[in-house]
Amino acid sequence: MKMNKNQLYTVVALCAILLFIVIADNCFDAFTLRVFNLCAIYIILALSLNLLNGFTGLFSLGHAGFMAVGAYVCALLTMPPELKEMNYFLTPIVPILKNITLPFFPSLLIAGLASALVGLLIGAPVLRLKDDYLAIATLGFSEIIRVLITNAQPITNGAQGLKGLPRFSTTYTVWAVAGVVVLFMVLLMRSSYGRAMKAVRDDDLAAEAMGINVFKVKVTSFTVSSFWAGIGGALLGHMITTIDPKMFTFSLTYNIVLIVVLGGVGSITGSVLAAILVTVLMEALRFLDEPMNFLFIHTGGLPGLRMVVFSVLLMIVVIFRQKGIMGGKELSWASVAAFRERHSRKGRPQ
Amino acid sequence: MQVPAFEWIKNLMTFTLFLQHIVNALSLGSLYALLAIGYTMVYGILRLINFAHGDIFMIGAYVAFYGTALFVLPWWASLLISIVFTALFGIGLERVAYKPLRDSPRISIMISAIGASFLLENLAVLIFGGRPKGVEVPKVMGQVLNIGSVSFLGVSLFIPIITFGLFVLLMWIVNGTKTGIAMRAVSTDIETSRLMGIDVNRVVSFTFGLGSLLAAFGGIMWSYKYPQLNPLMGVMPGLKCFIAAVIGGIGNIGGAVLGGLLLGIIEIMIVAFFPTLSGYRDAFAFILLIIVLLVKPTGLLGKRQAEKV
Repeated sequence: MKMNKNQLYTVVALCAILLFIVIADNCFDAFTLRVFNLCAIYIILALSLNLLNGFTGLFSLGHAGFMAVGAYVCALLTMPPELKEMNYFLTPIVPILKNITLPFFPSLLIAGLASALVGLLIGAPVLRLKDDYLAIATLGFSEIIRVLITNAQPITNGAQGLKGLPRFSTTYTVWAVAGVVVLFMVLLMRSSYGRAMKAVRDDDLAAEAMGINVFKVKVTSFTVSSFWAGIGGALLGHMITTIDPKMFTFSLTYNIVLIVVLGGVGSITGSVLAAILVTVLMEALRFLDEPMNFLFIHTGGLPGLRMVVFSVLLMIVVIFRQKGIMGGKELSWASVAAFRERHSRKGRPQ
Repeated sequence: MQVPAFEWIKNLMTFTLFLQHIVNALSLGSLYALLAIGYTMVYGILRLINFAHGDIFMIGAYVAFYGTALFVLPWWASLLISIVFTALFGIGLERVAYKPLRDSPRISIMISAIGASFLLENLAVLIFGGRPKGVEVPKVMGQVLNIGSVSFLGVSLFIPIITFGLFVLLMWIVNGTKTGIAMRAVSTDIETSRLMGIDVNRVVSFTFGLGSLLAAFGGIMWSYKYPQLNPLMGVMPGLKCFIAAVIGGIGNIGGAVLGGLLLGIIEIMIVAFFPTLSGYRDAFAFILLIIVLLVKPTGLLGKRQAEKV
């Protein structure tokens, strides 16, 4: 089999990433490993939101709702009956749910499908709306989902949430799923479905005139996006091992929007890079919230400073560099080569 | 003859209790209306959901709180100072966060608005602290009034009256003054009004100032009615009031007031008549929004707009 240079690079890079994941899993301490795995989950979530916001041009603010659906479905399917009994001490659980226990992977798949089904049901009416109306309606649905979860005590244990979920989200699991999502997105964008989505984003009237069923494309994109959001939410739940309705507020959606915008709306590699960057920074900047000794200035703990820094960062990106890191382009060997070419030429004496 | 529905209502509440709920609903609805006006004016002019509006409402309440608690000013003085400060703050926010993006895609401005909202919330956590603060309610507002057998707090009576006054004033500004004419012109067509010699930036600033002023007033009254402040207090009212503006027909000030009152009344009355649903209280507004968007997307008083190709 003959390979060209770029394919060889790709294989080498993939091996390097794989090796890094193996090393990380064996050598990192528990906290670092957790951050590392969180990166993978945010990659999944960012890509699923970018599919909507970036590639189909549907600005949705309802991601947290779909994640909640996925997280709860998966948790309820995987938790053993004894654990459920321990959690539901206020209101007993519905008997049918109590005795179901499935292995992790089928549960994860079912969680994704349940979330996709909710996405389909919500998307069919809501996708008739456009722009900011769509944003506010999806936000509304995600709030409704959260309120329903809070109030459906016998099913979800209400505001107490579920504690002690089995820690199924291992390094290999989350990174494997992240890899699948990246591959899925790359293949999708090369297929006719992906091109139809981009056509709808760029000009839905023209797309319709070309024979694309705009509504169907939008609903498909919305459903697929909620599927991955559900998977991401389930993985997140099984990593933190505790879920409650307060976790899935608008600020969770905001974090993902931040990643997508920072990475570049409509760029797969941008989302991946930004997901890693934001997750690592979020943890690395934790010192900002703690008391500081800076030369002669002594500050007490400043809880909230970290989030202020992030909000300012987003504002700066939106105002001064709307395109984000990648600006709708993809990182590829060709673009790296072009970048090096440009810089080496600049550096050469005239 | 016994009609089951009447029996059910009779068992649930007396007429006095019903009146009590009406007063409550009107004052909550008026607060919603005050905020909704700000949303609707900004949306009418810039086609922007000002996500930070709810946080401006929060800042208004906090400034008034510090005026009385820290600087020991009389409540009316800190109310005035807070209103002026918040209006200037709103104008400043527009300059920093929205003006550079005036010609960008609408989604960019919206992301900027969401960013601004989170920035203000986190700044509030940083500066004011995350712990809830108890508000000292002025005597006039906190006293219990009795009309017949109905008793309520002074603030519940005061809010609808002052809201009505502000609404009349606002209608005069929008319909009777030159600035108001400019505002309406800009909301119809920003380019043409620029050609007609209208200083668009000044009109936008004025709109933000006016909206923030009403939000500050609403925030302070809110803190008298529910005397506790926290940095996230503006989030839910903010979302609900945007919904109120959409229900009334966005861009229409009368519609915002109508939507706000409707939302307040529905919220209070559903909880009053179906106490088991009180946990779902925050969902009503969103359900109503989705129904309105699907049935009549332009809202109750909105004009129909043709889609341009």
